[in-house]
Amino acid sequence: MTAQQSDMKLDGNAIAGLLREIFSMEMTTAEGTCANCGRVHVVGEVVVYLNAPGAVVRCPSCDHVQMKIVQGRGKYWIDMSGVRCLEFSI
Amino acid sequence: MARTAVLGRLIWQFGTVAELVQETPKVASLILDVPGWTGHLAGQHVDVRLTADDGYQAQRSYSIASPPEDSRLAITVERLDDGEVSPYLVGEVRTGDKVELRGPIGGYFVWRGDDERPVLLVAGGSGVVPLMAMIRHRAANHLKTPTRLLYSSRSYEDIIYRAELDRLASAGDGLTVAHTLTRMQPAGWTGYARRLDSAMLAEVAWPKAQAPIVYVCGPTPMVENAASLLVEMGFDPASVKTERFGATGG
Repeated sequence: MTAQQSDMKLDGNAIAGLLREIFSMEMTTAEGTCANCGRVHVVGEVVVYLNAPGAVVRCPSCDHVQMKIVQGRGKYWIDMSGVRCLEFSI
Repeated sequence: MARTAVLGRLIWQFGTVAELVQETPKVASLILDVPGWTGHLAGQHVDVRLTADDGYQAQRSYSIASPPEDSRLAITVERLDDGEVSPYLVGEVRTGDKVELRGPIGGYFVWRGDDERPVLLVAGGSGVVPLMAMIRHRAANHLKTPTRLLYSSRSYEDIIYRAELDRLASAGDGLTVAHTLTRMQPAGWTGYARRLDSAMLAEVAWPKAQAPIVYVCGPTPMVENAASLLVEMGFDPASVKTERFGATGG
């Protein structure tokens, strides 16, 4: 990873507002299971890049893409195929 | 797992700048009156949105600096010269101006003050802002939670909240503050004068047997370095909470 890429690396705190828009819940304390490595991470800990045309969420353990969230033209496109399970209290 | 809560739709609202505080040459606090503000937790942030005349919008997240007890909402912003939002908030905005925001946001990087564990706070630059909300929350409630702040700044002039931290640390109520200045130190400086390393953390951090809760906030490389050093030192990774500001922010 180049220095520039590492500088752009954020974490789940950076998409707390975006996730709250979508789920109407505080989601940074939710737990996601990576579809690739099976490890469980709190959403606040996941790796986030916002420099793509949308938000890209990666697993902090294996770097697998967990979610892609794109917003535009009054719509969301949410790919969550990299998260096997998202668990949160209601 | 911590409880989440159904919060309803996150609504954009306007706050009015009641006061501006220049904290350092590049950092200012905006003290805002936000009608109907529902309160927040120390460590949470707000999203701020600017809209240009042609409709173009730019949005950034800023940590809340004020404790939940304050009637006004304070955010502290570092000016990044090539940023889209921060040059407006630090330099252009005036008392009485309206700023569009939504929040409070976040629940992972928060400290409620109802925890007996000692607290270690590790800050790099403007990463001190959410940690300051925790320190102010602690002070406002006369909490005696043993708390240590290790705060890395480039130079003495770049230390945000310097006088307030000095005052709070001299109260003798269990808060200690250790500074490190990474680029320039004034004559007679007795604090650390290097980047954060394991020897420094070993001196400042609580022994791992005391099972402290740790909050690390700052630029991404600094946060990752500090967090991995703490885990190498034997701290429980689940008790080391991190918030990365990236290198820019804007």
